[in-house]
Amino acid sequence: MGIETADEGTEDIEEFRLRARSWLAANMPLLGGQTNSKLMAQDEMGIRARELQGILFEGGFAGLCFPKEYGGQGLSRAHQVAFTQESVPYEMPVHFNIPTFSILAPTLLDFGTEEQKLAHIPKIISGEELWVQFLSEPSGGSDLASLVTRATPDGDVFILNGSKIWSSGAFRADYALCLARTEWHVPKHRGITCFIVKIHQPGIEVQQIKMVNGANEFCQEFFDDVAIPAENVLGEVNDGWTVATRLLYHERDAVGGGSPYTSGISGGRGDHGTSRSELIELARVTGRTGDPRVRQLVAEARVNDLVGMHLIGRVTKGINSGKYSGPAGSMFRLYAATSSERHCDIALEIAGAGAGVWEEGDMAGQKAIEFLMRQGGSLGGGSNEMQRNIISERVLGMPREYAADKDRPFDEVRHNASPSRPT
Amino acid sequence: MDLELTDDQELFAETTAKFLERTCPLPTVREWAEKEPAGFPGAWWRQGAELGWTSLLVPEDQGGGSVSGHGLLDLTLVAEETGRWVSPGPLVPTNLVAAALSEYGSGEQQSRYLPRLLTGEAIATWCLGEPGQSGLPTAITTEAVRQGADLVLTGRKGAVEAGAEAEFFVVAALVDGRPTQLLVDADAAGVSVARAEGIDLVRRFATVSFEGVVLPPEAVLGEVGGAAEQIERLFEVAVVLQCASMSGVIDRVLAFTLEYSFDRYSFGRPLASYQALKHRFADLKVWTEASLATAHAAARAVDNRSDKAFELVSVAKSYIGDKAPLILQDCVQLHGGIGVTWDHDLHLYIRRVVQDRALFGTPPDHRERVAQALHMEQPHGN
Repeated sequence: MGIETADEGTEDIEEFRLRARSWLAANMPLLGGQTNSKLMAQDEMGIRARELQGILFEGGFAGLCFPKEYGGQGLSRAHQVAFTQESVPYEMPVHFNIPTFSILAPTLLDFGTEEQKLAHIPKIISGEELWVQFLSEPSGGSDLASLVTRATPDGDVFILNGSKIWSSGAFRADYALCLARTEWHVPKHRGITCFIVKIHQPGIEVQQIKMVNGANEFCQEFFDDVAIPAENVLGEVNDGWTVATRLLYHERDAVGGGSPYTSGISGGRGDHGTSRSELIELARVTGRTGDPRVRQLVAEARVNDLVGMHLIGRVTKGINSGKYSGPAGSMFRLYAATSSERHCDIALEIAGAGAGVWEEGDMAGQKAIEFLMRQGGSLGGGSNEMQRNIISERVLGMPREYAADKDRPFDEVRHNASPSRPT
Repeated sequence: MDLELTDDQELFAETTAKFLERTCPLPTVREWAEKEPAGFPGAWWRQGAELGWTSLLVPEDQGGGSVSGHGLLDLTLVAEETGRWVSPGPLVPTNLVAAALSEYGSGEQQSRYLPRLLTGEAIATWCLGEPGQSGLPTAITTEAVRQGADLVLTGRKGAVEAGAEAEFFVVAALVDGRPTQLLVDADAAGVSVARAEGIDLVRRFATVSFEGVVLPPEAVLGEVGGAAEQIERLFEVAVVLQCASMSGVIDRVLAFTLEYSFDRYSFGRPLASYQALKHRFADLKVWTEASLATAHAAARAVDNRSDKAFELVSVAKSYIGDKAPLILQDCVQLHGGIGVTWDHDLHLYIRRVVQDRALFGTPPDHRERVAQALHMEQPHGN
């Protein structure tokens, strides 16, 4: 991968930093003004991200850690870190970071044929292709390998039928990595294949899902006899679980901030500085910065943020040095989820009476609405209960839960049916 | 343990662990707690000093020396091990005094006090807070008044670890309202020491009273009125050591509680096989790892004198001080009835963390420090 194959005689980091600094100043728009992503309509967000990525690509600052043969710059992680630091004041196409750059492109690099890599990685880097993952299904969340979307071989194509859900921003994306069942007479992990799927084509319907807070970023897709060319299989037929495992590894890396492929940082929640100043601002607008209880709560949120940051650091280092195994990443997933629940509680408490009824634009009302999505982080990407299973079984070595489908052919196991397409 | 140790540090931690396991396993800790006035025999502490326990915060040219060049990080390894073994001994107070002398003391003060401290022949301690007060650096009220060239110290200091064993004290006091650190011999006229009761059976604490103790200018550590930074620094070192020790405690207790869950059967299956308990263990593991991560981060920040140290130390104490007692009580629950008996060792560990939680600022005290670090303004009149 790019990080290992960085050329001898690569540009010195500090020289690169200075070059990036002056290029950014001359070419990238400053943050602020009309480009606040929260205010921007969703479809505009995708268009804007592609534009910005295109500017980076033209300037030679896109795909810094991707290999040169696929349109990247073949630079080191240190170059990327320097670039991200320099990019903080500017509007960046952060929408590409997760999952396109940090999860799907690395999986393509790991398993793609030369043709597949050449067809897609350069377009990802130039901002022409946004990718999403088609993993979860309405028939089951935690038990991913029990998926029932089917891909049936038919000559030199596979015919895809079924449904996927919780793909984020699929309506504005171009391609997906999609897991589908290709063999039913073997245990569940051994009958899955991973496909590269063009999203906008006949037979695929993308519906946005309206969430309790009014957002409609998440999507559900319905597949109706979609023909997928056999050359779009990623990895081997029926070996899609190997691809999925690797994809999930990249996901952990991305969530833990360990991916070398992301560029720029977003200013939303999850950025520790912002969540802190947000609560202080809330205390300020409600006139309670001097209230000892409120001071305790704001400090507690700050404590949780910083502890989480150091936990990620410790576990990531442990995994990278081999002292911990991959599943240890579930520890910071669980921490982040429970800490986010607590953050919502704290915000609601500081918001006070204003969380019930408010005047238009009040910050307290915004916190009340955010509270509705309190469990979001504890459900997405593996529920807290799954993370606790993983930690207890694969980190602490406690006995595995009984599984009724262990070593049994999938078609002999009870599972949920795929929902039919709404009429 | 920190995941980024040098080979020398790993060896040092291992040597310390083996020494503790050999010389004072928990039955011995209990026996000493009952029979030894100081909680340990003097010869044992001198052996610990030979291993380096008292020298790590003192540079080589003053007779000390560290393992890695980062003495505080080396010392947290000892503190973590003493947590694992609920060890006795004035590790924290002795090192605080050694650090104070080494960093702020005059050559004369150093040559008078340091050598016996480093060999373990003498014990010394830091008198920060007054009885019943928070133990925060900003809370001190004891005063020393000028009398010609001398200072006259009057006041009482509470929760002084190894107060009855100490040969001399470093006392935080106010001179003209400004923080000043004073070296006071235990046998000076006007000094009296009364043993205090404490939740920890193993460590010893005292209340130390100063009734008009006359101190010459040579007793001042650093400048008169100029010790605010010095006191904050020692306080941060103290909290870092507490956090390391509490992390050692929970790491050890979680490990033996997990082991117990494999060995203990009910309804024909090990406790470890019940999902309700597995999920509890998962939480305990996350909190323990988070505690270790934060304790080490705080230690590094104080060691390299980062401007984040003030906040990070309080983040660590707030988190670990809250979580450690909670983790241990859950381990009691996971043990069942045996966990609340005198003969089981769990209460020795709980006593240790409950005491550490309370001293040098409680978690709420430290959250208030975090709020200050965030520049949350206090409205006027509050």
